[in-house]
Amino acid sequence: MNKLNSNIPEGDLETKWSKYKSTVKLVNPANKRKIEILVVGSGLAGGSAAASLAELGYSVKCFCFQDSPRRAHSIAAQGGINAAKNYSNDGDSVYRLFYDTVKGGDYRSREANVYRLAEISTSIIDQCVAQGVTFAREYGGLLDNRSFGGVQVSRTFYARGQTGQQLLLGAYSALSRQVAKGNLKMYNRHEMVDLVKIDGKARGLIVRDLVTGKMERHFGHAVILATGGYGNVFYLSTNAMGSNTTAIWKAYKQGAFFGNPCFTQIHPTCIPVSGDYQSKLTLMSESLRNDGRVWVPKEIGDKRKPEDIPDEERDYYLERRYPAFGNLVPRDVASRAAKQACDEGRGVGPSGLAVYLDFRDSINRLGRHVISERYGNLFEMYAKITGDDPYKTPMRIYPAVHYTMGGLWVDYNLMTTIPGLYALGECNFSDHGANRLGASALMQGLADGYFVIPYTIGDYLADEIRVPAIPTTHPAFEEAEKNATDRINKLKTINGKQSVEELHKKLGRIIWDYCGMARNEAGLTKALQMVKDLKKEFWSDVKIPGDTNEFNPELDKAGRVADFIELGELMITDALMRRESCGGHFREESQTEDGEAKRDDDNFSFVAAWEFNGEDQPAQLNKEPLQFDVVHPTQRSYK
Amino acid sequence: MSETINLKLKIWRQKNASTAGRFEFYDMQGVSTHMSFLEMLDVLNEKLIREGKEPVAFDHDCREGICGMCSMYINGRAHGMLKGTTTCQLHMRHFANGETVTIEPWRAAAFPVIKDLVVNRSAFDKIIQAGGYISVNTGNAVDANSIPIEKAKADEAFDAAACIGCGACVAACKNASAMLFLSAKVSQFSLLPQGAPERHTRVLKMVKAHDEAGFGACTNTGACEAECPKEISISHIARLNREYLVAGLTEKGN
Repeated sequence: MNKLNSNIPEGDLETKWSKYKSTVKLVNPANKRKIEILVVGSGLAGGSAAASLAELGYSVKCFCFQDSPRRAHSIAAQGGINAAKNYSNDGDSVYRLFYDTVKGGDYRSREANVYRLAEISTSIIDQCVAQGVTFAREYGGLLDNRSFGGVQVSRTFYARGQTGQQLLLGAYSALSRQVAKGNLKMYNRHEMVDLVKIDGKARGLIVRDLVTGKMERHFGHAVILATGGYGNVFYLSTNAMGSNTTAIWKAYKQGAFFGNPCFTQIHPTCIPVSGDYQSKLTLMSESLRNDGRVWVPKEIGDKRKPEDIPDEERDYYLERRYPAFGNLVPRDVASRAAKQACDEGRGVGPSGLAVYLDFRDSINRLGRHVISERYGNLFEMYAKITGDDPYKTPMRIYPAVHYTMGGLWVDYNLMTTIPGLYALGECNFSDHGANRLGASALMQGLADGYFVIPYTIGDYLADEIRVPAIPTTHPAFEEAEKNATDRINKLKTINGKQSVEELHKKLGRIIWDYCGMARNEAGLTKALQMVKDLKKEFWSDVKIPGDTNEFNPELDKAGRVADFIELGELMITDALMRRESCGGHFREESQTEDGEAKRDDDNFSFVAAWEFNGEDQPAQLNKEPLQFDVVHPTQRSYK
Repeated sequence: MSETINLKLKIWRQKNASTAGRFEFYDMQGVSTHMSFLEMLDVLNEKLIREGKEPVAFDHDCREGICGMCSMYINGRAHGMLKGTTTCQLHMRHFANGETVTIEPWRAAAFPVIKDLVVNRSAFDKIIQAGGYISVNTGNAVDANSIPIEKAKADEAFDAAACIGCGACVAACKNASAMLFLSAKVSQFSLLPQGAPERHTRVLKMVKAHDEAGFGACTNTGACEAECPKEISISHIARLNREYLVAGLTEKGN
């Protein structure tokens, strides 16, 4: 018996969502006031959800670990947001955006969800402009568009290289307005440490005030998690330092299934690691590949300066291998090709783990001022970090962990397998299948928060109007708070020798080496044991300074890293199970003759939804078969 | 340039808001010049933890200059000496071997210290809550291209909207005024047609919230503009003053 019901409405793909909206159950305004909703996370998904639900009249509380909701990591998104507006008159449509997303995700996403996302995309742009978001405009005063990897139309709306910032500030302003109206209460510097379940339903949270260390109990008729991705399991990633998996991991351990944990996106163009003190990696926008050419020397071990290597001794390997898409192949393909070049010993820079992204030809063709207009802020950021001038010498870049397609499994309503618990944005297993296309993360976060959850949550809450607020003295709250407190005290009393950072780095090394850009049976099997050992090492040797009842970032980090270690084990388990290559998941055993990812639709056309089975027990695999009624899966080719 | 340098760090340590703080000195040997300033502090903290001491608490998150979380006064300058740069984007190649580097938190009555270099900036949220928004509920919007906006104005609005809310303007100001922060938001919306209906009430409410939060008055010194990591222009304060004047004359009962 399959425990998964995706609850996809009946009917044609094109009309499912509109029919659903007109028939979904409603909650009347007087009842909304009595219903409490808890939202964890204040980024594009959480911020927009909290604001929209408060506008509807629900009583909302929103929690974030940062000092202000405006700092959520959505703020760092550079490139843009896709929408099927067809303002460029280049033949774009809802169907094309839907098709590109399903194909880009290597046919591992759900058709109905992706179609809804494409449909909603246009309303997002309208909403954001109404809020005063300053998108780029043309001289006629209308909105400008540009193009991104893996597509053939211009549908990306942008605000210089700071699109995420502008969209987040839009959501933050909507949220602030509801705070002022008294419909929404914001809890900054608060972290969710457990989910409270009563009679099988999500009914509240235990959160920790990160300034005082005090535990708090909050009741909710429903709980929404919008806590972003778990890329920091790799230690080094483009995520913010505080981005973590704790909220969704607690939900998983309370019974929410975890979808496709091994699907992670490695972004091809990031500034390479420069030393072992490195704390994070910085992305250089995908848009650079419009004018930059990627190359390595033809000869192994050629240590000449890039300027001194003549054209005939350079290998522009993307142009050579993928003449149709050239430097603009999708992210997973570009990342693997860079790794292969470096594995062959042709990598550049002090570490040999970098390739060149060269603007020489574009500068000669278009002039320095054009390149500066297009990418000025990125060139400046590169120069600040590396001390090199990319106008004179090629950038050195290398792939880095950027986004996680995996996350909590949700149905069409964005509800997890725990009734009343929802997951939005990057923290759900998402609409991006096994690989996300550029400029689609912002689209999904805002679609989920502004336009999906306000409808779908009503369907659940309509049956909850008779449930009075449950007092937080209920035994379930008592127990959850006690467990959370015990865990923190346990962490603090270990008093071992290694700092949290040292242990986190060890975890990152294992996951990157064996569950990174290329994976195989032997390596994953070895890594699984290594992570299990690391868990024991962590719980016997971690050293945390300071006290539990004060502002103590090391203690906060320890709790997060403990969860990352457990998640690492599940990622490896998932990668071992999926003996096919698809999108960002490359199993070396499953490749075509020329080294491309080879899917196995007969055996792996499903979403892997993992179920927690108890501490130190192997997780249970549940499968949601993927049905393609409209798009027919084929081998992706960008040659 | 040498690949590593030695530094003496003079860092403000303060247990919490109700305890007096003091400077402490730390020797840092072999600091790679490729490190960012925050990575240099990470290395110090790892060393302190190994020695059984308390690490230095500081706010940070994205480490790519956009979240606005990092907030340090370095050698008497907000975010250090580089123009248009946040602390997280400042690299050690800009420091000299043997130098003493003084690190302090933002100092302003409206930003009380939480611990060491960490301050409470929720007063900024209060200013935005007072009116830093356009009142539009989800689902109310018309087609985006039905509101054309002159490119020059849209660009200027963007320049204002680029504010990251870090608080460097307040820290740099001798009056601890938040006028640059406040004016950036007022200016963004007063340049856009979407912001017109609430133009007058917005500026009056936001200035009131600013004053109530304990920020000082603006005396046009320009330190805020000089230290702003996003190089927000002081001309936005001039626009704020005009908006405030007009609003005060036209709005009744304020």
